[in-house]
Amino acid sequence: MEFQFQFDWQAAIDSIPYLAKGIPYTLLISFGGLLIGFVLGIIFGLLSINKNRLLRWPATAYIEIFRGTPILVQVLFIFYGLPDLIGGPIDPLTAGIAAIALNSGAYISEVVRGGVQSIDKGQTEAGLSLGLSRTQTFWSIIWPQAFRRMIPPLGNQAIVSIKDTSLFSVIGVGELVRQGQVYIANTFTAFEVYFVVAIMYLAITLSLSLILRLLERRGVASV
Amino acid sequence: MTQIVKMKGMNKYFGKLHVLQNIDLTVEQGEVVVIIGASGSGKSTLIRCVNGLEEFESGSVEVDSHPLAPKGGNQKALAEIRKEVGMVFQQFNLFPHLTVRKNIMLAPMKVKDASQVVANATAERLLNRVGIGNQADKYPSQLSGGQQQRVAIARALAMEPRLMLFDEPTSALDPEMIGEVLDVMRELAKEGMTMMVVTHEMGFAREVADRVIYIHEGQIVEEGKPHDVFDNPQNERTQSFLSRVLAH
Repeated sequence: MEFQFQFDWQAAIDSIPYLAKGIPYTLLISFGGLLIGFVLGIIFGLLSINKNRLLRWPATAYIEIFRGTPILVQVLFIFYGLPDLIGGPIDPLTAGIAAIALNSGAYISEVVRGGVQSIDKGQTEAGLSLGLSRTQTFWSIIWPQAFRRMIPPLGNQAIVSIKDTSLFSVIGVGELVRQGQVYIANTFTAFEVYFVVAIMYLAITLSLSLILRLLERRGVASV
Repeated sequence: MTQIVKMKGMNKYFGKLHVLQNIDLTVEQGEVVVIIGASGSGKSTLIRCVNGLEEFESGSVEVDSHPLAPKGGNQKALAEIRKEVGMVFQQFNLFPHLTVRKNIMLAPMKVKDASQVVANATAERLLNRVGIGNQADKYPSQLSGGQQQRVAIARALAMEPRLMLFDEPTSALDPEMIGEVLDVMRELAKEGMTMMVVTHEMGFAREVADRVIYIHEGQIVEEGKPHDVFDNPQNERTQSFLSRVLAH
């Protein structure tokens, strides 16, 4: 007997409307989380290079903890563990956004630190020698240059985080993978459906790459 | 005569290394003081102590009547000093993300609350003065080294400093561009700017300096009019240094 697998194009196409319902969740969790993660990254990244040890230490601890543990464990901890502590359930969407925020925040902290430290010390000295305060020197001279260098690694992190949201199917957020699982449970067309799911991720990440490349091209001209 | 810089018994360490030892130095208003010495002798560190880019450990440093305290104390005086003291660096340190014009406008607008119009007029006037009025809207990386250093001088002048510090301003330049930067500095000196210049350009020192200071291993070992220091050095260390740098 010969086994022949036929890719069922019709099944793949039929699954699109149902799967597409997951896209808004995937986008909301990734970009909501990344936005908060970016703020966390700036705060903790800058604290991690502060001269004051009391500020530096907690920042380093945060970074090491959230970089050093799997994001799956983090989201399970937030969704199943934290409710015990705060005495009430956490909505899966919130848990997902929080996990992306905390996790990407740790990585972005390192991106921020690297970006800021890559700027020549002479820039700070020039700013200070002109009479600018440390704060003015930082925000008008160092940060704009550092940010430009941060764009490629930030784009990297954004793509990683978008893909990480696929893990949140385990807490039942109706994102792309979850939608796929539910759909397959009824149709048994795993190959076709996961193929479409993969294409949808690729569409999101490729558009992001494209946007970032355009941003970069506009930004680097002057540096 | 007003003394712009007064250093008394100033000591500076890098860890255990005693880089500046018991420095006594005054600079009068309008005076051009050129500091010479071998690399590593502490001459750059000396002028960096004037505007607090380096902290000193003991002794006193007073700049335009604002007393700096050891170990970076007296931040208030330091802030005042930095508004009044301009600095030009070996590596130019222009802001690469800003146009030449914006490089010059930044400090007057941020520190002195100058309006955009006023800061812009200042920038254009100074760029013309250093001979690159037509480059205002270029970015630093589009200029030659000599032009960049002239922008850096204009940028410092925009704060209307009482004192200008020059830290080896021509050492990073191609030989053919050294002249244009020295010309600008010569003009400044002629107009009466108080200047402290660390340089290896002995011709410039001889011609422009009111006083030449020779530093050896963190100590001022000789000080005087260029004519005396260059043609009749008293200290044997100065003699041997000069014979080495003037030989070629």
